[in-house]
Amino acid sequence: MKILVLLKRVPDTEARILINQEGTGINEQGVKFVINTYDEYGIEQGLRIREQVGGDSKVTVVCMGPGEATELIRTALAMGADDAVHICDPALGKPDPFTSAIILAKAITDEGFDIIFCGKQAIDDDMAQVQSILAEMLDIPQVNVVAVFELSDDGTKATVRRRIEGGDEKVEARLPAIFSCEKGLNEPRYASLPGIMKAKKKEIRTKTLADLGFGEVPGGTRSRVLKWLPLPKGAECRMVEAEEMKDAVAELARLLREEAKVI
Amino acid sequence: MINYDLAEEQQILRNSIREFAENEVRPVAEELDEKEEFSLELTKKMAGMGLFGMFIPEEYGGSGMDYISYVIAIEELARVDGSTAATAAAGNSLGIGPIYYFGNEQQKREWLPGLCSGETLASFGLTEPNAGSDAGATQTAADLKNGEWVINGSKIFITNSATPISAIIIVQCRTGTLDKGKSELSCILVPNETEGVTAKEMHGKMMWRSSNTGELYFEDVCVPEKNLLGKRGGGFKQMLSTLDRGRLSIAAMGLGGAQGAFELALKYSKERKQFNRTICSFQVNAFKLADMATEIEAARNLLYKAAWLCDQGRPFGREAAMAKLYCSEVMRRVVNEAVQIHGGYGLMREYQVERFFRDQKLLDIGEGTSEIQRIVIARELGCFE
Ligand SMILES: Cc1cc2nc3c(=O)[nH]c(=O)nc-3n(C[C@H](O)[C@H](O)[C@H](O)COP(=O)(O)OP(=O)(O)OC[C@H]3O[C@@H](n4cnc5c(N)ncnc54)[C@H](O)[C@@H]3O)c2cc1C
Ligand SMILES: Cc1cc2nc3c(=O)[nH]c(=O)nc-3n(C[C@H](O)[C@H](O)[C@H](O)COP(=O)(O)OP(=O)(O)OC[C@H]3O[C@@H](n4cnc5c(N)ncnc54)[C@H](O)[C@@H]3O)c2cc1C
Repeated sequence: MKILVLLKRVPDTEARILINQEGTGINEQGVKFVINTYDEYGIEQGLRIREQVGGDSKVTVVCMGPGEATELIRTALAMGADDAVHICDPALGKPDPFTSAIILAKAITDEGFDIIFCGKQAIDDDMAQVQSILAEMLDIPQVNVVAVFELSDDGTKATVRRRIEGGDEKVEARLPAIFSCEKGLNEPRYASLPGIMKAKKKEIRTKTLADLGFGEVPGGTRSRVLKWLPLPKGAECRMVEAEEMKDAVAELARLLREEAKVI
Repeated sequence: MINYDLAEEQQILRNSIREFAENEVRPVAEELDEKEEFSLELTKKMAGMGLFGMFIPEEYGGSGMDYISYVIAIEELARVDGSTAATAAAGNSLGIGPIYYFGNEQQKREWLPGLCSGETLASFGLTEPNAGSDAGATQTAADLKNGEWVINGSKIFITNSATPISAIIIVQCRTGTLDKGKSELSCILVPNETEGVTAKEMHGKMMWRSSNTGELYFEDVCVPEKNLLGKRGGGFKQMLSTLDRGRLSIAAMGLGGAQGAFELALKYSKERKQFNRTICSFQVNAFKLADMATEIEAARNLLYKAAWLCDQGRPFGREAAMAKLYCSEVMRRVVNEAVQIHGGYGLMREYQVERFFRDQKLLDIGEGTSEIQRIVIARELGCFE
């Protein structure tokens, strides 16, 4: 069985995110980048399916991202994935979900697959669109927000549970299909030391847009980010203190009338 | 040419061990410390990560990594818990190391796979009640009789020697007398299960409370002559070489512990308000944090250089002694101020820094006290000639 897992490089959730001066992105200096958390569940699920099916099953990581993403691709290989495709081209910039899906669809079609796992969303821009556009382009079933995954014994279909408000929805999907993973689906394994050493010898196939047959960045720009803005600063909280409660209330009323001018 | 970048695999290793330590070690460290309990479960988990046999080639079951990687792994464990780091560091440097470096092919094949998989633990029995810093004063005696070593004596403070999976002890013994009355010292491999061996877990430690420390007694213990490690009379050299490498890992514990305590103090100081301000905004505290960060950076550079020299196959004993000394002392200053920044809460178990404060003290003493490190360095400077 050929298992593909999608991996996106995103800033660590704990990183302090500052928007750059031009408002075109974040200031990446000193920011640690990690594998998108939800993609980790996809990697783990891929490895488990490979272990379940056995034979010559293979887990291939597909990542579109800058050169720096190799460390994270290598981490997935250290967790146990077999090889990887890294789509890396300076012309890419920050592609919108539609463009991303077109490029990924081409790379994925070239690879061939029986099943695709990805995260339910990327934790950086929270678009949660790529997997669905991809499913349409590849013309395969998609199931999103998967919290439980079970492959049938004959490997032709999967029974999964989608986590929805207040409960689970049980869904059956014919393979090949794409599944986007929710937290709790599994517990991703760590990259072990022997795994890290083995990963050094595993193949990462780097592909430019030209390698994939694109003359230019495909898709046009269906959507364009105009500007990145910081969250508006919350107003400061001021405590009104006094010995007696009634004095504090009087002071509060005065502030609301004279300073805030709301009453 | 100087290049300060870590290799990709070293960076991946750091991330992975950090995650492991945060998720698997941090939640249990406080309780294990309080109960003074060695955790077999945690040891098995570390083995599953490949944390035993890090620098041992794959053919013996190790991971085949370099010493910088090893140092990074111990640093990351110590950033969260000293005891856990101690179990791994002693397991590698003192247990697995001597068998790999000085053992013959048969000894390596016999012991290394089990030790690297974490099925078993080895320990390094050097220190005796009357032979601490003066490690050449070993009294434990081994006499060769009818093709067997007959061993009598005792060892004290031996890490990993009294756990349920402790399987083999590298025992430094007196095997004869040289001219001028000096002892001939040799290391002999003694399985824990051998008749006459008693391993008693030592309790009441101030620090490293969930690391296993044993007291060993040998009473007419007989092992085959072939259990000799390396050459007869090679014990002293083997010990010096083992301690040189071991010091890299003790230094890594100082560095990691300092880093961990510093991070706790920084976080606390940004949250804690007094006089309507975060306490980190008082210059006196800000300067303390700035000093900590600076010293930690210097310590890291010194230690990584020593490990790099070791990886290059160059002499590194002087740098290892310096790194061990400096990293321990940096951690001492850091934990002291980290507790101070926590105020009264820093003295309470719940805030973790008090454990770092206690765990630090061992680093001034184990694998050669700070005084002994200064002797090693001063000797290199030619002071005693
Ligand atoms: C938790 C723990 C784990 C340990 N694990 C191991 C282990 O796995 N294997 C092992 O073999 N040992 C182990 N040890 C023993 C450790 O290496 C010794 O405690 C250490 O070498 C110091 O020896 P000592 O305790 O006998 O102190 P002593 O040697 O008696 O030293 C006492 C004081 O005198 C000073 N001193 C001694 N000689 C000199 C000198 N020439 N000049 C100046 N000052 C001097 C020392 O610096 C120290 O301050 C462990 C110890 C502890 C506490
Ligand atoms: C065992 C024990 C017994 C105690 N007994 C009593 C008792 O009987 N009665 C009682 O009332 N209290 C008692 N205390 C409380 C003790 O007095 C306080 O812990 C102490 O005053 C420090 O306050 P804090 O812990 O809130 O630390 P904080 O005030 O939060 O201080 C944290 C850190 O910030 C620094 N800091 C704070 N403000 C400034 C500033 N303006 N400039 C520079 N640095 C600053 C401090 O020096 C410290 O390093 C006890 C505490 C302990 C641990």
